[in-house]
Amino acid sequence: MRKFLASAKFLAGAAAAGALLSSASAYADQPRPWETSFQAPATDMMRQIEWFGNYTFAFIVVITLLVLFLLAFVILKFRASANPVPSRTSHNTLIEVIWTVGPVVVLLLIAIPSFQLLTAQYTPPEEAKLTVKATGNQWNWDYEYQVDKSFSFNSAVLQDADRAKAGKEDRNLYPRLLAVDNELVVPVNTMTRVLITATDVIHSFAVPSFGIKMDAVPGRTNETWFKAQKEGLYYGQCSQLCGKDHAFMPIAVRVVSDAQFKTWLDGAKTDVPGANKALMAEIDGTNKVAAAGN
Amino acid sequence: MAEAQAHDHHDHRPHGWVRWVYSTNHKDIGTLYLIFAIIAGVIGGALSVAIRMELQEPGIQIFSGLAQMVYGMQGDAAIDGGKSMYNAFGAAHGLIMIFFMVMPALIGGFANWMVPIMIGAPDMAFPRMNNISFWLLPPAFLLLLGSMFVPSAPGAFGPGGGWTIYPPLSTSGQPGPAMDLAILSIHIAGASSILGAINFITTIFNMRAPGMTLHKMPLFAWAVLITAFLLLLSLPVLAGGITMLLTDRNFGTSFFVPDNGGDPLLFQHLFWFFGHPEVYILILPGFGIISHIVSTFSKKPVFGYLGMAYAMVAIGAVGFIVWAHHMYTTGLSLDTQRYFVFATMVIAVPTGVKIFSWIATMWGGSISFKPPMLWALGFIFLFTIGGVTGVQLANAGLDRSLHDTYFVIAHFHYVLSLGAVFAIFAGWYYWFPKMTGYMYSPVIANTHFWVTFVGVNLIFFPQHFLGLAGMPRRTVDYPDAFAGWNMVSSYGSYIAAVGVAIFLYGVFEAFQKKRVAGANPWGEGATTLEWQLPSPPPFHQWEQLPKIK
Repeated sequence: MRKFLASAKFLAGAAAAGALLSSASAYADQPRPWETSFQAPATDMMRQIEWFGNYTFAFIVVITLLVLFLLAFVILKFRASANPVPSRTSHNTLIEVIWTVGPVVVLLLIAIPSFQLLTAQYTPPEEAKLTVKATGNQWNWDYEYQVDKSFSFNSAVLQDADRAKAGKEDRNLYPRLLAVDNELVVPVNTMTRVLITATDVIHSFAVPSFGIKMDAVPGRTNETWFKAQKEGLYYGQCSQLCGKDHAFMPIAVRVVSDAQFKTWLDGAKTDVPGANKALMAEIDGTNKVAAAGN
Repeated sequence: MAEAQAHDHHDHRPHGWVRWVYSTNHKDIGTLYLIFAIIAGVIGGALSVAIRMELQEPGIQIFSGLAQMVYGMQGDAAIDGGKSMYNAFGAAHGLIMIFFMVMPALIGGFANWMVPIMIGAPDMAFPRMNNISFWLLPPAFLLLLGSMFVPSAPGAFGPGGGWTIYPPLSTSGQPGPAMDLAILSIHIAGASSILGAINFITTIFNMRAPGMTLHKMPLFAWAVLITAFLLLLSLPVLAGGITMLLTDRNFGTSFFVPDNGGDPLLFQHLFWFFGHPEVYILILPGFGIISHIVSTFSKKPVFGYLGMAYAMVAIGAVGFIVWAHHMYTTGLSLDTQRYFVFATMVIAVPTGVKIFSWIATMWGGSISFKPPMLWALGFIFLFTIGGVTGVQLANAGLDRSLHDTYFVIAHFHYVLSLGAVFAIFAGWYYWFPKMTGYMYSPVIANTHFWVTFVGVNLIFFPQHFLGLAGMPRRTVDYPDAFAGWNMVSSYGSYIAAVGVAIFLYGVFEAFQKKRVAGANPWGEGATTLEWQLPSPPPFHQWEQLPKIK
């Protein structure tokens, strides 16, 4: 849809959007001002979803324009002043067959890739190397790392008062209502399984740029998976109404290199905030080096 | 006209409040329903404008103040109370628009008024049941409004679980009495609709004039017949589901409590087994109205009449076996999702038949663009937009990204707010002269159309973008990046609100000016039986049954 809706972006206060795009481009992905399409994909699955979205979008634009064209045509051609004597035609078997079979063909063309996409979402290409359990609470998430020595921590929306202490004062990188105190940290290019449940009411674990959304239902463990292809910080929000602070339980996933993840994991087993601090310092360092290198 | 009025004076009809409260006359009850729907629509619309005011800018501005004013909360309590109040507004907006605006307007109002006349019947089959159908609605509505002023969760008032009232948020999540009142309200409104449905089915099957076979019956009567069956079959399932909610809440059962072996998802299955047919209940009568209007103002018979009737039958039937497409992200198995994708896409075929048949009805016609036709044309185009985004959402793989985002809000408002509501206004401007005997000002009616058209499109088109970008629905506040399109959407809602004011003024103006409409203001194209009666029709019509050739 990115391509097709691009023309609508002229409405978009291009300057503001451009400024934000560049400042946060090192870190995909989060919603952007005046966005008219999906967030940039960070997994192959989201790329497939985006492709399928564009593919169906092409069909529906053509259908809508066809209806619009036909309406405009009859309005102009058959208005009372242009056509004072109405015909009495009320049947035409051929045309009725055509407009029944035509949509069936279109639906088949949509259905084939649709079923492929759906099947792909439930057919992980490889065994998961990391399993994380996300438990929704009113109104925060618990993340449990199911590694040799399991550990878990809580992830809640970042309060403005805590920004300085957490070293998250950059509001482009840590936007209001999306940034959290402790991110879910996963290694890049690694098959990650997420087990999802809830303790009180139904929540939903969603990360748009990964193409995943799965309800967290009390008494049931749902499962989804992703394989993030780019390092960075990715944001999602609880996607099932869960009470007064439904708008205030974001999901933040930090995708890091294998080495960074190993270091973080070792530290996090005993001290999560400390490991996060160390990880942020490490990432900042590499980014500065990269910027200098450019 | 003079004759008709003289005739009225000799009528033995009740006068004053007795005429309305004790009424067994389908036209009087229809009028009551329409007045009720207008009142409920204004209230439900006001709730949505409050929601849009809140969402105009990031942050919490409106509802903390509202909570302060209405509930007397202060400081942080007002902010928390405001968040809950926002959720209650969302739930009440949905429930009011569905149960107390669209259904009463289309089924209780227009169908009550026009179906007996169109099929050549003197009245409904069960006139007293018709009375109780209507009079159950005001108490149901008052229960729902009342529920917004009683506690739900600690520090919160009003039923804040959305119109879908999913447990556990609607059970353990909100222990206060607000949810009980809301459930009771839905129960009573549902009972009202079931009684109405029984009445319509009996009337249409048994009281058609001699010669009017089912296959000669006007499409609006067909639409109402199918709608009545959908109501009859789906509402008891909802009633069962919300009764289980009530007993889970109050009597210690655990249908939906996982700790004791229940399953929260069971409720979602029950709810959507009702909820999906419900959306066709909301739109099918509109389909019927649009067919009549398009035919009337094109001066042509409906193209493919039988195809139109059976397309509605097909939509109604398939509508019962697609419910879990509302639940793709709940953890349904792959095969289940495959089935529901397939079944859901099938519905696009009969819907396409209807759109194309309307256009074919206009083809070769001699079209005059009176206000009802303007609304009908608006309906066809906007409903198409809502329909094609529905085809996208039918695909579980894509819905993964769009479910519970503003894309869904945009989709269902295009089919309901811009579909069903446009059909209601089309029907209003079509039958208003028939029902009242007065002609409204076409200038006001056209202004109403254009202001509403611009307003609702400004509200809902940008919401597609918000949904694609990932904005979840039902949030009182949002990340700052979503601010732009939200602002546009909010301005749209203010324009649409101006549209409502123009509508109300138009009604007032018509009654004030008293322009006599005559029996058939629409000319040769208007062929159904109601146009053979004077406007307004006599208190009892068809004392001599019409003969249908």
